[in-house]
Amino acid sequence: MLEVSGISKSFGGFRAVSDVNLTVETRQITAVIGPNGAGKSTLFNLITGHLRPDAGTVRLDGHDITGAPPFRICRMGIGRSFQRTNIFPQLTVFENVQAAFLVHHGHGRDFWSRADTLYRDETAALLASVGLADEEDTIAGTLAYGHQKQLELGLALASDPAVLLLDEPTAGMSASETRETIRLLARIAAERALTLLFTEHDMEVVFSIAQKIAVLHQGRIIAEGRPEEVRGDAEVRRVYLGHGLVHAS
Amino acid sequence: MTAAAAPSQAPSDPAPVPKRRTRALADRIPWILVVFLIMATVPWVGTRYDTFLAGQIVIDALFAVSLNLLLGTTGLVSFGHVAYFGVGAYVCGILMKTYELPFSVAFPAAGLGAAFFALVFGFFCVRLAKLYFAMLTLAFSQIIWAIAYKWNDVTGGDQGLPEIPYPNLDWMSVIPGCADLSVGARFYLLSLVLVAVSLAVVHRIVRSPFGRVLTTIRDNPERAAFLGVNVKAYQLAAFVVAGGFAGLAGALYGIFSRGVFADYVFWSKSAEILIMTILGGASYFWGPPVGAAVLVWLNQWVTDYTQYWSFVLGAILLVLLFGFPGGIVGGVVLLWRKLKRLRHA
Repeated sequence: MLEVSGISKSFGGFRAVSDVNLTVETRQITAVIGPNGAGKSTLFNLITGHLRPDAGTVRLDGHDITGAPPFRICRMGIGRSFQRTNIFPQLTVFENVQAAFLVHHGHGRDFWSRADTLYRDETAALLASVGLADEEDTIAGTLAYGHQKQLELGLALASDPAVLLLDEPTAGMSASETRETIRLLARIAAERALTLLFTEHDMEVVFSIAQKIAVLHQGRIIAEGRPEEVRGDAEVRRVYLGHGLVHAS
Repeated sequence: MTAAAAPSQAPSDPAPVPKRRTRALADRIPWILVVFLIMATVPWVGTRYDTFLAGQIVIDALFAVSLNLLLGTTGLVSFGHVAYFGVGAYVCGILMKTYELPFSVAFPAAGLGAAFFALVFGFFCVRLAKLYFAMLTLAFSQIIWAIAYKWNDVTGGDQGLPEIPYPNLDWMSVIPGCADLSVGARFYLLSLVLVAVSLAVVHRIVRSPFGRVLTTIRDNPERAAFLGVNVKAYQLAAFVVAGGFAGLAGALYGIFSRGVFADYVFWSKSAEILIMTILGGASYFWGPPVGAAVLVWLNQWVTDYTQYWSFVLGAILLVLLFGFPGGIVGGVVLLWRKLKRLRHA
C-alpha cells in the first residue's frame, strides 16, 4: 500500500532520517517507535510532503508521490494528524469537520451556495463516531486537549483516507484519555478498513494495537516485525526498550 | 443539533420543556434594511454636506468590506489595498471622461480592471508569508501611485482627472420624490444601491463553501493544506475578489468626488481603511461598515473642535484595541450578551 524506500533527510549535516525502508500493508496497523529525536516526525513529514527528501522515494499504491505538495498527497488518500494539535481554533467543532467535507468533495470553488447547509448529516455522524456529538457548537480552540485530538482525528477522517498517519495520537494525554483514544482508534480503523501508521512513545499503546512495529534509532530502522519479534530483539532492548517494556507487557 | 444532543445529556428528564421564548423585539427587526432605509432618506432630510458625508461612508464601507475579505476572512494583512481602489477609480474615470463611455460599461470595467491587477500582483504576493506579504502589497500599491503620478497622458499626472462627468441619471425622475433631486444626490442614491448589492454578494461569498475554506486558511494554513486545499490558489482567489470590489468602490468614489487624483492611491489611504476595519471589528461582517461610519463621522466632528484629529484617533484606537479587541461591533455584541444574561438571571 505505502512503500518508503531508501529515504534520507539531513538538516545542515545532521542526518535526521537515513536510508529508511518501510512497507505498510493494506489494513495493517503499523507503529513507528523510537526515542525522542529518532526521526519519527521527520519520517512522517517526508511521507506527507511537508519535507522533501534528499534521496529515496515514497510510493502509494505503486504511484510515486515523492516530494508532491501536501494538499495533493492528501487528495491521493493519505490523511494525517499532527503531533501538536492542529485544528481551526476560531471555527466551531461542527464547522471544522464540515469544512473538511466541503474540501474533500470539491466544493471549495463554489462561492454561491450556503456552506452551513451542506454535509450536515455526514458531519454529525462523523462527530458522533469520534465522540464529539455534545461539542458540535463549541468553538474548537476552547475544547479540552483530549477533545481537540479527537476533533483532529475527525478532520483527518472526513477526507476518507485510505492510509491514516497519526503522529503521537496520545501525546500529552492522561492515562484514561489514552485508553479511550486507543479504543477509539482501534474501532475506527476496523470500521473504515483503514491502513494505520502511527508514531508513539507510550509502549502500552503500541503493543496493545500495533500489528507491526518498526524501531527507529538515530534516523535508521534497527528492527522491524511483529510485536513479539521486536520485543525479543536484542539490539532494540539495548538501545531503547530496556526496562519500560517489561512493565508494559 | 442541540435537539439531537439533548436526550443523551439528560436521559433522566422525562419531558424536556422546549425553551421557546418569543424572540426579543431587537432580534426581529431587520437591522440591515433599517440602516439602508435611513441612509436612503439622507438627500431629503439632510443638507448637501450630509449627503456628501453619507456617500463617503457608503463607499468606504464597501472598500473596507473588500479589505476584510482578506483580513478577517482569509487572514491576510494587506497594506496596499488602495492600489485596487485606485485602479478602479482611474479605469472608470478614464473610460467616462476620455472615451465618453456610459457608466453602465465603465463601472463593471473598473471592477474587472482592478481584479486583473490584483491577479497579477497577487500572484507574487501570496508567495510570501505574513509581514513579507504585507510589504509586497505596499510596494505594489506604491508602484500604482507612481504610475498615477507620472503618466501624464493617461492619468493626468499630478493634475489628476478633474471633472469626471456624472452618469446620465435623468431616468430617476420617474421615481416618485426624485424629480427635484440634484444629480449629485441621485448619484448618491445609485451608489447606495450598488454598494448594497455588492455587500450582499460579498456576504454570500463569505458564507459559501469557498468562504469557509478561506476561514480555514485564516485559522491554520498548514492544516488547511492537509485537508487538500491549495492554499496559495485560494489566497490568490480571495485577493482577486477583494481587489475587484475595491475597484468598484474606487469607481464610485471617483465620480462622487468629481475627479480622480494620485492622492487617492497613496498608501496612507490603505492604512485608513485598515484602521476602519479593525475599529469596527474584523471578525464581524458588519464591523468594517460600522468602522467606516464611525471614522468618517468622527473625523468630521472632531476637526470642528480641534486640529489634533490624529491625536484623538490614536487615543480612541488605543482604548479600543486594549478594551475591545473585537472592535466596536465586538464590544456591542459583548455588552448585548451581558445585558441579556442580566435580564434572564
